[in-house]
Amino acid sequence: MLHAAFLMPLLPLAGFVVLLAVGRRVGDPWAGWIGTVAVAGSFAAACVTLIGLVHQPATARELTCSVSCGTGAASHAFFTWIPVGGLQVKAAILLDPLSMTMCVFVTGVSMLIHLYSIGYMQRDRDYSKFFVYLNLFVFSMLVLVLANNFLVTFVGWEGVGVCSYWLVSFWFHRDSAASAGKKAFIYNRVGDVGFLIAVFLIFSKTGTLTYLEVFAHRHLLAGGGAATAAVLLLFLAATGKSAQIPLFNWLPDAMEGPTPVSALIHAATMVTAGVYLLCRANPLLAMSSAGMWVIAVIGGVTAFVAATIACTQQDIKKGLAFSTVSQIGYMVLAVGTGAYVAAIFLMVAHAFYKGLLFLGAGSVIHGLEDEQDMKRMGALRRWMPWTFGTFLFAWLAIAAVPPFSGFWAKGDILSNVYAKNLPLYALALLTAFLTAYYMSRIFYLTFTGKARWQEPAPDGSPAHHKPHESPWVMRLPLVVLAFCAVFAGLIDLPWAHSVSLAAWLDPVFGNRLFDSHQSASVQIALAVADGVVAVAALLVAWGLWRRRVDRPELEPDFLQRVWYWDNLYDAVIGRPGQVMARTFATVVDARVIDGAVNGTAALVRSTAARVRRLQTGFVRNYVLGVALGLVAILVFMVSRSWS
Amino acid sequence: MSHSPGFPYLTFLVLFPAGGAAAVAILGAFSQVRRVVLEGLAIAVSVVVLGFAIGVAVLFRTGDAGYQFGSNHVWAQGLGIHWQLGTDGISLFLVLMAAVLFPIALAGARTRADARSFLAWMLLLEAACIGSFLSLDLILFFFFFELTLVPSYFLISGWGHARRAYAAVKFFLYTFVGSAFLLVGILVVAFLHQHQTGVLTFSLPALMHTHFSSTTEILLFVAFTAAFAIKAPLFPFHTWSPDAYAEAPTGGSMVLSGVLAKLGTYGILRFDLNLFPQATVDFVPIILTLAVIGIIYGAIVACAQRDLKRLVAYSSLAQMGFIALGTFALTTQSVTGGVLLMLNHGLVTAALFLLIGWIYERRQTWQVTELRGLQSPAPVMAAAFTVVMLASIGLPGLNGFVSEFLVLSGTFLTHRWWAVVATAGVVFAALYLLWAYQQVFHGRVDLANAGTRDLSMAERLVIAPLILAIVFLGIYPKPVLDRITPSVNRLIAQVESSTHTQQPVVARAGVAGATAAAKGGK
Repeated sequence: MLHAAFLMPLLPLAGFVVLLAVGRRVGDPWAGWIGTVAVAGSFAAACVTLIGLVHQPATARELTCSVSCGTGAASHAFFTWIPVGGLQVKAAILLDPLSMTMCVFVTGVSMLIHLYSIGYMQRDRDYSKFFVYLNLFVFSMLVLVLANNFLVTFVGWEGVGVCSYWLVSFWFHRDSAASAGKKAFIYNRVGDVGFLIAVFLIFSKTGTLTYLEVFAHRHLLAGGGAATAAVLLLFLAATGKSAQIPLFNWLPDAMEGPTPVSALIHAATMVTAGVYLLCRANPLLAMSSAGMWVIAVIGGVTAFVAATIACTQQDIKKGLAFSTVSQIGYMVLAVGTGAYVAAIFLMVAHAFYKGLLFLGAGSVIHGLEDEQDMKRMGALRRWMPWTFGTFLFAWLAIAAVPPFSGFWAKGDILSNVYAKNLPLYALALLTAFLTAYYMSRIFYLTFTGKARWQEPAPDGSPAHHKPHESPWVMRLPLVVLAFCAVFAGLIDLPWAHSVSLAAWLDPVFGNRLFDSHQSASVQIALAVADGVVAVAALLVAWGLWRRRVDRPELEPDFLQRVWYWDNLYDAVIGRPGQVMARTFATVVDARVIDGAVNGTAALVRSTAARVRRLQTGFVRNYVLGVALGLVAILVFMVSRSWS
Repeated sequence: MSHSPGFPYLTFLVLFPAGGAAAVAILGAFSQVRRVVLEGLAIAVSVVVLGFAIGVAVLFRTGDAGYQFGSNHVWAQGLGIHWQLGTDGISLFLVLMAAVLFPIALAGARTRADARSFLAWMLLLEAACIGSFLSLDLILFFFFFELTLVPSYFLISGWGHARRAYAAVKFFLYTFVGSAFLLVGILVVAFLHQHQTGVLTFSLPALMHTHFSSTTEILLFVAFTAAFAIKAPLFPFHTWSPDAYAEAPTGGSMVLSGVLAKLGTYGILRFDLNLFPQATVDFVPIILTLAVIGIIYGAIVACAQRDLKRLVAYSSLAQMGFIALGTFALTTQSVTGGVLLMLNHGLVTAALFLLIGWIYERRQTWQVTELRGLQSPAPVMAAAFTVVMLASIGLPGLNGFVSEFLVLSGTFLTHRWWAVVATAGVVFAALYLLWAYQQVFHGRVDLANAGTRDLSMAERLVIAPLILAIVFLGIYPKPVLDRITPSVNRLIAQVESSTHTQQPVVARAGVAGATAAAKGGK
């Protein structure tokens, strides 16, 4: 079982190395197949490991979580990474139900998206490089989730970040793509400061960074606000990686990357890393109710704000990007509520349906010669039946229509939030309405109505050719993901307590899991409310967007331009920062500090004017003086040592 | 001085490149000797030095904190000056780094004009740098420390760019003033020691036990530190460095920023901490503050640069701030991280200057505004630049992160808020380097840049060792850390015993220490 666990990260790493060495030579499509096979192997290893872990008695699964590192059956070190005094960081993995869950869906979705990319990236001039990055990404993601300590998680955390940077600016000759990659990296760096300081704080208090040791000694963080500080700092990191307020606005720009990247990195896997980190650190979160409240509120507000923006986007990928921000907001809200299982549940379901939505969007974009404007789509159900059919299921799943996966996952979160705090519940329910609404708007604009791509665009660009359905390597992942999006709800049905995600994850969260204590009737009432809201939103959108394309009153500039968030940052940080940098460079450094130096030199020169005859003014002579002096010393000492 | 093998490795490491310099100079006097021969000879000499440096590193005994490979000969009888060399975990890797960077600089950054003098000066500079790192006698150290100025001056003024004369003069005078303080300081220390014990000596191990009054110690500390802070450079004594690094030829920039700068931070670690522990501890808040200002300030000014070499020069200033921060935070992690950062910064900055030099060879400019889209015609160069840049940004998995993390986490143990502010510096590094990368390598390539040649096979071979070292030290720094840490611990113990201070127990004992401390607190 453990051998298979080692293979999970090592196979994509091997794929990366092989592709780096020979990728360009084997080219299209073999480079793609090498990458896909590597990840498929990783997925197989994950399945074997999963079966092994499931077959362990529940207590042994618990064991992997409770024993201290090193002696535990499932915590194994490859090598010692940073050993300095009291700081001993090992490159080691921690296999428990949480990391296992992550590994299975990460490798599974990655495998499908690799397969899809074989078709999507066809004829790209950097075809093999794409798979180099993609394999490195999967490796980094697995390092992130499998690490047994904060610092190795940070390695994966930064690894996925840099892969995201490369992949967003993959078409680097486009200035917008290059800028978007940079923006993503820098926003994440701001979050990283939080991660690093949290790590420093945890080490200074507990003397270790290994998860299980930190959690076992978490009482050392009690008092003086250390626990709250650590939680909030980790949360700052999560807002960067998982695109939450205040660091969310890099994600829409990241849509400049090729669409499979958006599906894999910016929807299914990497952007959920922040939620994973918070779940992993749940024993610390439990020590800070203030921290939990901040997390819950930020999550709820982000979910709402992003949903309002998603209602007004024209670019299909941007619409989906804001939807992702909003959905992760739900997960963060669940974490803040203490409903970790619900957060993971939505994460898994979301990986399936949002991955599928992006792949479907990619299929549309591919079919329409890189058109991304939904106002120039329409009626595609006739030309792209596979894409349409699978997209339909994903749409119903994210809209939380029963009995699709989103209904169960989101319902789980909503019922927990209901028990925690009513205003937050109201906000979350309103967001649920908006979610079903914006998703329906995207669906209707793309697949129903008139075939607007047959006409030239208002800006004069010509009509598109007849769209074509994608090849089988792209259709197969759509079908598999559609199946998962429909049935993922089965993993954690509310009435199946013994064989459910909750029971499986119990060793990780234990009694720290929020218990909403609700009677069956309340639960049923909440579920009915969810269903009604979803269906109502579907109908409203149907009335509004089935035939019409332009409704400026529903697309206010304020929302289209992201609540002016970018403008705010630019005005408050960007431009003043540039002015400051210029001032520092041209005034402080050149005039003040260097001015003082040159001024002193000038002063010396003028006062020494009288002894001018000694001062020939040529530093070259000084240098020669020093050299001669040194030689003289040398000669003197050598002669003395021989005498 | 316990361990001294039969062959005088260290003396060889110092004298062989000096001899090589002389050989190149003499051989080059015969006009029929071709440039290629001289270059080959110089590179061969530096490669032999590298071989012996590796030999020293291999034979180095890991657990031993003291000076190894000692060689000690009386040099000037009545004056107490010794040819005293030795290496410990702190200097070992600086010597190795110098030995790695010189052959790469010689092979990668060739010069057309007057190759003979260029090669001779470079080899002499190598001898002086290695000599400085290995000297355990203060006068000997001063001798080598000063000796570095001469070849540096001629390298900048002879093979530099447009404003080379100004830059060379400024570099020379500024550091020369610092050295004057150092010389006075050294003499005072030795005479006070003679006054107390009757023995005139300049040997560091002997002088360590000199007693100073607190005012004297502070004055001496300031004198020594002034020289070292200018050499490093540390904020606010840095303004010679952007000029010098920018105007120097590529090879000169590589060794100036990669190796010479470390003489300053190494000097602080070796001499300030050993000779003036009390003053060191007293000055901690001041120097940490200057270090943090340097980190942030260097990064902000780097953001405004449009010239790649000046940008790297200011980023260097920020990195030197990190080294100073680690050194003066006085914990096992921070000081070890500082030493490791000296090594890592040398490798990374030299690689950056080398790549920028290659861009200059192709495009005759360092101005970011004139470069564009180079990734299309030169993908391999772009890839190499990316790796080096990410190491400089501090991406985990590459070498820069390990040292930066150790410095910051160690500093956090004793000086939390300084560490917090310094950590913000990591955002800036990403800001200016990614910006520069985008301007130079991304975008649609224009006519002027379209013909840019990618790295030749020879250039790839020259940069490859640096890239490999950057990756290896990021993933498996253990062999290096295992050798640095004991010497650092010994140094910290020495400071602690003479100042009655103590680093937090977590730094030494980890989780067990934290638990014990918590129990003791209750």
